[in-house]
Amino acid sequence: MAELRPQALCVENLHKRFGTQEVLKGVSATARKGDVIAIIGSSGSGKSTFLRCINLLEMPDSGRITVNGEEIGLKPARGGHLQPKSWRQVERIRGGLGMVFQSFNLWAHMTVLENIIEAPVHVLGLSRREAIDKAEALLNKVGLYDKRDAYPAFLSGGQQQRAAIARALCIDPAVMLFDEPTSALDPELVGEVLKVIRGLAEEGRTMLLVTHEMRFARDVSSHVLFLHQGRVEEEGPPHQIFDAPVSARCREFTATLSR
Amino acid sequence: MATAQQGILDLLSPIPPGWGGVLLTGAASTITISAGAFLIGLVMGTGGALGKLSGNRPLGLLLAFYTTAIRAVPELILIVGLYYAGMDGLNRLLALLNLPAFELNGFAVAIAVLGFVQGAYMTEVLRGAMLAIPIGQIEAAKAFGMGPRLRFRRIVLPALLPNALPGLANLWMAIMKDSALIAVVGYQELALATRLAGASTKHYFLFFTASAFIYLALTLVSNRLFMLLERRVRRGQPKVAGGLAR
Repeated sequence: MAELRPQALCVENLHKRFGTQEVLKGVSATARKGDVIAIIGSSGSGKSTFLRCINLLEMPDSGRITVNGEEIGLKPARGGHLQPKSWRQVERIRGGLGMVFQSFNLWAHMTVLENIIEAPVHVLGLSRREAIDKAEALLNKVGLYDKRDAYPAFLSGGQQQRAAIARALCIDPAVMLFDEPTSALDPELVGEVLKVIRGLAEEGRTMLLVTHEMRFARDVSSHVLFLHQGRVEEEGPPHQIFDAPVSARCREFTATLSR
Repeated sequence: MATAQQGILDLLSPIPPGWGGVLLTGAASTITISAGAFLIGLVMGTGGALGKLSGNRPLGLLLAFYTTAIRAVPELILIVGLYYAGMDGLNRLLALLNLPAFELNGFAVAIAVLGFVQGAYMTEVLRGAMLAIPIGQIEAAKAFGMGPRLRFRRIVLPALLPNALPGLANLWMAIMKDSALIAVVGYQELALATRLAGASTKHYFLFFTASAFIYLALTLVSNRLFMLLERRVRRGQPKVAGGLAR
């Protein structure tokens, strides 16, 4: 019955090398609407690169990416990697992928509210009024309404990341991409951000989540990808990956982290 | 004493035979030339910086030649050279095309030449300022579907200004004084007006002092404006407590 949900994101056989180092050796993933896919693995396993290839912040060397049924047109470029056939299309598709970065990357010259309405107004063409209404609702949701007019530099890491999540939500993304959203946070601030992400998972958002928070990944995800040296070493529902992994490496990895 | 005072006021009076009006007109020219050159420089510098950072090799080489050559040659030589050579070249070209020769407006040429020179310095100031933008800010703009133009206007430009303004203010102060070099091609701005007033009345000291005060006033006002502008573009940045030292 789960298979009846429409596909939100399909990534097939992604390859990527940096110089001589092959970071992704054919990684595939499919997210149906409402899936929460956790991507885990040790540093250097390629999980962040995989996520960044999806919205083409990194250009893959080969592979196919389909968002909401629309495949991104890619053609070979000089230097061995791919390049988009149409940047217009890429920009449109990016406008439907809400990315949350490890280091927040809020625009420093804009207030929290301005950060959130920037893409809705200037990329999606929403009216300022509409965007502000939406942004204020989202600020309430992430518990930052009183910080709406503050500049990012005056917020704590946790507050900045919650603002960044609101920014990503405000474009009504088909898929949300979380790139280690809590890795740059002080331990006592991790909880407030995870709480927001958990809320999103519970309301049925489609999400890809690269994370080192194993317990959290296990709790919120519907599917887990364990990446090792640029390949999907093992994948499956969280109880399989964390309780009964087939691969020895995966067992080793989840064991060290749950200790 | 009273008569000497009277004499000074008469000499500086804005109404002829006083020379105050000439000095003020000269100052206005200085401001106009400087502002024009500064704006052209900004446009050329922005283009130059973007070009240098674009990774396009031929364009990069061309721009490297531009910034190196312009910054290597004394401005006085550039101004005389570009003014006469530029005018001569243009007229030869027009003659080749069987078009009538063209008498260039000294004022426009002055602005164009100074702007061309400013552009070389601004290219480097702006390139540095662009490189200082945290890469994550640009990535976020890309990730949210902003195209290059929108990205430049909404993210890059406001993010580079805090880094660029001190350097740009420097260039503005420099151009106000460099505009005096335009006198060599016969255009009368503040410095030439001062010399003229001095030569006509033999009161060199008086007029050079007066003109020095005008330059000082222009600088003080500019300083204030740049300070306000910088405060505005730095509004999102916390102040460093106790300054950078210790």
